[in-house]
Amino acid sequence: MTTETAREVRQVSSRGLGAYRGYRPPPGMISWALHRVTGLGVLLFLLLHIVDIFLVNYGPETFNELLFLYRHPVFRIGEIVLVAGLYYHAANGVRIILIDFWPQAYRYERQLFYGVIAVFLLAFVPTAILMIRAILV
Amino acid sequence: MLVTVRVQRFNPETDSKPYYQEYTVEVEPTDRVLDALNYIKWYHDGTLTFRRSCAHGVCGSDAMRINGRNRLACKVLIKDLGPKITVEPLLGFRIIRDLVVDMEPFFAQYRAVMPYLINDEPPPVRERLQSPEERELYDDTTKCILCACCTSACPIFWTTEWLGPAAIVNAHRFLFDSRDRATEERLAILNQKFGVWRCRTIFNCTEACPRGIQVTNAIEQVKRRILFEQS
Repeated sequence: MTTETAREVRQVSSRGLGAYRGYRPPPGMISWALHRVTGLGVLLFLLLHIVDIFLVNYGPETFNELLFLYRHPVFRIGEIVLVAGLYYHAANGVRIILIDFWPQAYRYERQLFYGVIAVFLLAFVPTAILMIRAILV
Repeated sequence: MLVTVRVQRFNPETDSKPYYQEYTVEVEPTDRVLDALNYIKWYHDGTLTFRRSCAHGVCGSDAMRINGRNRLACKVLIKDLGPKITVEPLLGFRIIRDLVVDMEPFFAQYRAVMPYLINDEPPPVRERLQSPEERELYDDTTKCILCACCTSACPIFWTTEWLGPAAIVNAHRFLFDSRDRATEERLAILNQKFGVWRCRTIFNCTEACPRGIQVTNAIEQVKRRILFEQS
């Protein structure tokens, strides 16, 4: 009976977010984790964006006062991160749609992920250069 | 060849949480991880606990995390891993002891999809005929040995109660069988909130399957069937 209670107390399971650290991620798991993180990041920005557009209701002064936030260097670097998140989320979203609706897509799952990375870099590198230039001038 | 095997240990009667223990063993490069574990158990430390039965990749007892990925210990060769090997129990289950986990939730998911042929029609004089093309549709999913490599490799399964890849694979095996008549009941089970739609096409299950089943593809086929036939 005493050992029974001891067993009750020392129940160990590997459920929950901690389990993510326990698995060496294959490419598919990396693509999914990035998709979640970028999705949440974009959502966070969207909430802020709804708030700032809403402030237009209180007249141009209130709205313009908020715009100092968007001119702040930290925010402008944050914008580059936002664009990176958007580009990745969009490209990988197309990959997920292909996997869902193109019956042969599962054969090329990894190649599609490397394709997503290629499309992401092709779109992001020029944009980032333009944005960094805009910050510097 | 001398290898260091780092094993996650846990005894619920004496330990408060799992810890790692290292064993150095002399093995052949062509030995399997299971051979190393057996050697440890038989000659170094008889308290090391793990499941194994057939030792030939058919019974599915010795599924565990080997160097961070779900594998059958009896199918992984030492030479493919190098001199340092980490062995841990499957993720997402309660640990009973060392590498043995409580698989009951896994089998409950399996039973939930009615994994047997349902056909109330009177049997014909001879067999229920099926063409090779009809058989081909579910050939891949007949190979499942219920080792839980796929389900416990699924990141969604680690945090959420859902059917999991293995149960869907076994549902697929009957859904795409021309002799089965319970398509609607099974699709209704799989179409629930915690059915196929929890799958985020991560492909960890396909990567982990020791039988080479295209698990994610099977789940996607079920999703498309629900989408195009049920609506």
